[in-house]
Amino acid sequence: MYSQGLIGADGRSEETPEFLAAFQARIDAEEKIEPKDAMPEGYRRTLIRQIGQHAHSEIVGMLPEGNWITRAPSLKRKAALLAKVQDEGGHGLYLYSAAETLGVTRDEMTEELLDGRAKYSSIFNYPTLSWADIGCIGWLVDGAAIMNQIPLCRCSFGPYARAMIRVCKEESFHQRQGYEIMLTLTRGTEAQKEMAQDALDRWWWPSLMMFGPSDADSQHSDQSMAWKIKRFTNDELRQKFIDATVPQAEYLGLKVPDPELAWNAEKNGYDHGPIDWDEFWRVVKGGGPMNRERIAARRKAWEEGAWVREAALAHAEKRAARTAVAAE
Amino acid sequence: MGETPLWEVFIRPRNGLAHKHVGSLHGADAELALSAARDVYTRRGEGGSIWVVPSAAITASDPAHADEMFDPTADKIYRHPTFYDIPDDVGHM
Repeated sequence: MYSQGLIGADGRSEETPEFLAAFQARIDAEEKIEPKDAMPEGYRRTLIRQIGQHAHSEIVGMLPEGNWITRAPSLKRKAALLAKVQDEGGHGLYLYSAAETLGVTRDEMTEELLDGRAKYSSIFNYPTLSWADIGCIGWLVDGAAIMNQIPLCRCSFGPYARAMIRVCKEESFHQRQGYEIMLTLTRGTEAQKEMAQDALDRWWWPSLMMFGPSDADSQHSDQSMAWKIKRFTNDELRQKFIDATVPQAEYLGLKVPDPELAWNAEKNGYDHGPIDWDEFWRVVKGGGPMNRERIAARRKAWEEGAWVREAALAHAEKRAARTAVAAE
Repeated sequence: MGETPLWEVFIRPRNGLAHKHVGSLHGADAELALSAARDVYTRRGEGGSIWVVPSAAITASDPAHADEMFDPTADKIYRHPTFYDIPDDVGHM
């Protein structure tokens, strides 16, 4: 589902200028970097951080939607939502496996998520209060994720780019199912229309924040752009998203909750009002409405699943030992 | 208890094609790895056959020595059909 502008990566490297220049030349020639290739430590650390954050976002992102699986309004919606949440789990796993090629273990990444060292997308720290929120997540949150992820299919690191190609193929259904939910609600009763508008009012600004801090304040952007981990800046992607989404809201007959939103013919895009970056940083740093609950849910799943992991390993060892004895 | 072992996953989209590497996953044993591979990598009919191989069982060449490793292929242009001059009159060969 998501990837956010990278937060808190340490891109420093201590290699020689010659090594860094040779590496940069490979990047500039659009060569893909594969796991065992020599690479600057900063490149490796940045990718571990970014792919890890991305994977965690997929996994934590299952929670707000999972909240509505048992209350979906029809069997069709329930089956679609189940399939979508299962996809998010799958996306998390593709990404964890891409990160592991860089020498970090899955358990290390899980620990970093659970103890708060690793971040995940701030969007998942908002609650899903009504069924319309499920529509908005598919339409806006997955829509924003697609904007972000399509350029990542051309990321310089091979395993990340390949995982993104799979993710993007699957993501399109997510956005369409979300928009269809919104369409059904806005063609429904007054109460359903109000529910749809209320959800848009709550999800609009957090969706814009998904692209990460404004370019002026984005400390990691330049190096990531040079290494072709990123292809567009946060603000460029945010602008694309707004330009694509506003007409979709108009088609639904919904009002985007930004009084300053206006078409700017000169730049051929929309101007928008200021984003509340204080709220963004508060939520990233743990102060969102659902931060505690999300991490508590992940910790519970990890701890309560421990006996299953241990039993499966013990069983595998026992069977391997039996096979060894039988072979003697 | 140690970390659950890592497996590399290969999928054949349909008979007639080779199995292709698609990614990796963790599984306590081959059977669990296979069933996880089905759920993670074939949710949309991507394959009719899956291989899972313990990642530790793979021996890989070192990209840092790729130049020496693959050097013998670079200068043997006589391995390619275009190295040989055949008159046009002979026709397609």
